[in-house]
Amino acid sequence: MLKIENISLKVGDFELKNISFNVDAGDYFVILGVSGVGKSVLLESIAGLIDISEGNIFLRGRQITEEKIQNRNISIVYQDTDLFPHLNVFDNIAYPLRSRKEKEIKDKVLKAASETGISDKLDRNISTLSGGEYQRVSLARSLAAGNDIFLLDEPLSSLDPKSKIELRALLRKLNRAGITIVHVTHDYEEAVSLANKIGIMENGTIVHVAPPEQIFQHPKSEFVAKFVGVKNFLRGNVNSIPDSDLKEFLVDGIKIYVLTDSGDGDSFLLINPEEISLSITSEGGSARNHFKGKITDIARAKMGFEVTVDIGKVELIALLSSESVNSLNLEIGNDIWTNFKASACKIYN
Amino acid sequence: MKSFSYNRSVLSLVFTFLGGAALLFIIAPIAGMYLNITPESLRESAYSQEVRDSIWLSLWTSMAGTFLFSFLAVPLAYLLARKNFALKGIVNGIIDIPIIIPHSAAGIAVLGIITRDSLLGSAGELFGIKFIGSPAGIILAMAFVSIPFLINAARDGFAAVPERLEKVALTLGASPARVFFTVSLPLAWRSILSGFILMWARGMSEFGAVIIVAYNPKTAPILIYERFTSYGLKYSLPAAVVFVTVCLLIFIVLRLIKRKS
Repeated sequence: MLKIENISLKVGDFELKNISFNVDAGDYFVILGVSGVGKSVLLESIAGLIDISEGNIFLRGRQITEEKIQNRNISIVYQDTDLFPHLNVFDNIAYPLRSRKEKEIKDKVLKAASETGISDKLDRNISTLSGGEYQRVSLARSLAAGNDIFLLDEPLSSLDPKSKIELRALLRKLNRAGITIVHVTHDYEEAVSLANKIGIMENGTIVHVAPPEQIFQHPKSEFVAKFVGVKNFLRGNVNSIPDSDLKEFLVDGIKIYVLTDSGDGDSFLLINPEEISLSITSEGGSARNHFKGKITDIARAKMGFEVTVDIGKVELIALLSSESVNSLNLEIGNDIWTNFKASACKIYN
Repeated sequence: MKSFSYNRSVLSLVFTFLGGAALLFIIAPIAGMYLNITPESLRESAYSQEVRDSIWLSLWTSMAGTFLFSFLAVPLAYLLARKNFALKGIVNGIIDIPIIIPHSAAGIAVLGIITRDSLLGSAGELFGIKFIGSPAGIILAMAFVSIPFLINAARDGFAAVPERLEKVALTLGASPARVFFTVSLPLAWRSILSGFILMWARGMSEFGAVIIVAYNPKTAPILIYERFTSYGLKYSLPAAVVFVTVCLLIFIVLRLIKRKS
């Protein structure tokens, strides 16, 4: 669908170097990187808003590197500043439509609005929209333009948590309906919950492209490991348990109890290292998960120590204070119990 | 903390006093004009054909100049707001030249390009357009001294339109021309209208440049000047008051329209 081949460019202090990646039709490709790494510049260069100095861009097999912006058929959606303030919602969505027949335009606007859930907001002024509504209008306009590839520049970062969840669901829906999405963000949760492929961006280039589980379980560089800040990231299956509000997450024969309202099936599990406690004997208390394992590593972290425990095919990392490490006499090779609550387990599916 | 707010209140008191004096400096001479005039002389002036003709001439020539030159000024303003090119700073400076040079000198400069020997003058003659001593010359003289106001206001207006909106419009399949007319121009419209009003008002009141290019037909400023030098203050004042009143009324109406839009 979209093939980026060795593109390089320089704008002001920004420099992108030799960026290459492929996005297949139907992909949800998330580019993950810290703020200021050049993610937006990359998107704008794909859309043609910024000229590249080297490399090639192919869309649907066609070379578009030198193509005019208006002929690329790529939509770009920004955080919150891309609607035309002098037009109302209807006219914004209708902007890309060129037809002599008013009815044809109206039908297309209504269809795009209903797909994005803003059918009742068509008469509204842009300045009266909430953050979530704003993004929906922007997506509706891109749908009306008839483009099947959307570039999203941090589309969720200015939204409140509730709108964020709703908009994520909408993005998934659009993706399932056949829209290919390239989405840049600095938020790994967003990446995990949406992407089927993640590209990690560092120092003006893409350093690693892979499915989420590979990115987080086997970070290719120290930067990735540090930047994503993700530990205890597992891929497995969620199953409901009859007569219980808990569910079980199965990974490599290990059963972890989780408290979640996510549906069953293929999922990612995430446990913050702060949420895992270690003990010499199996703890009682409210934690539902207890696994006996062997300490394979003790490493100094920014604060305290990260203790890695192998519980059989799966490694868990716990963050402990140096006092705890000393009082438990933790050493590599020791047997130890790991304990964590079912509610400490975050599920993404 | 107390002494801080005390200082501040003293400061604002001083500033209010100084600012009030500045405001008075603007209001007092104009109010004085109205106070020094008798209703009879004012009525006489308002009904005088000569005064009416001169005011009408000032209004329409300035409006025509503003309208005609806006087709050149607005595109230039857009380029200055959006494109970076060599010597852009110098171009911006050139635009302000008509504001800083003496207006009689501006009139002489304009005269230079409209005499029969000049390109514009001879071209005009070919089509039967006379510049010197005619409304066409007045239009050019007025436009020369007032066009910086429109260019500068429009440039600031375009610069304030987020470039991102224009780019987004392009990604939605619009041509650059369509983007200009449907996004840039509507969003910069307020500033352009402001510039339009300023250029019109400035052109309308121009004296120095116009008198050199065309003493006749007489625009209102020239008529006021002529009456003053020939007959004195008493005779020129009523004409001046009528013209100032018309200017003020137009100015107020346009400001109201602008605020509404």
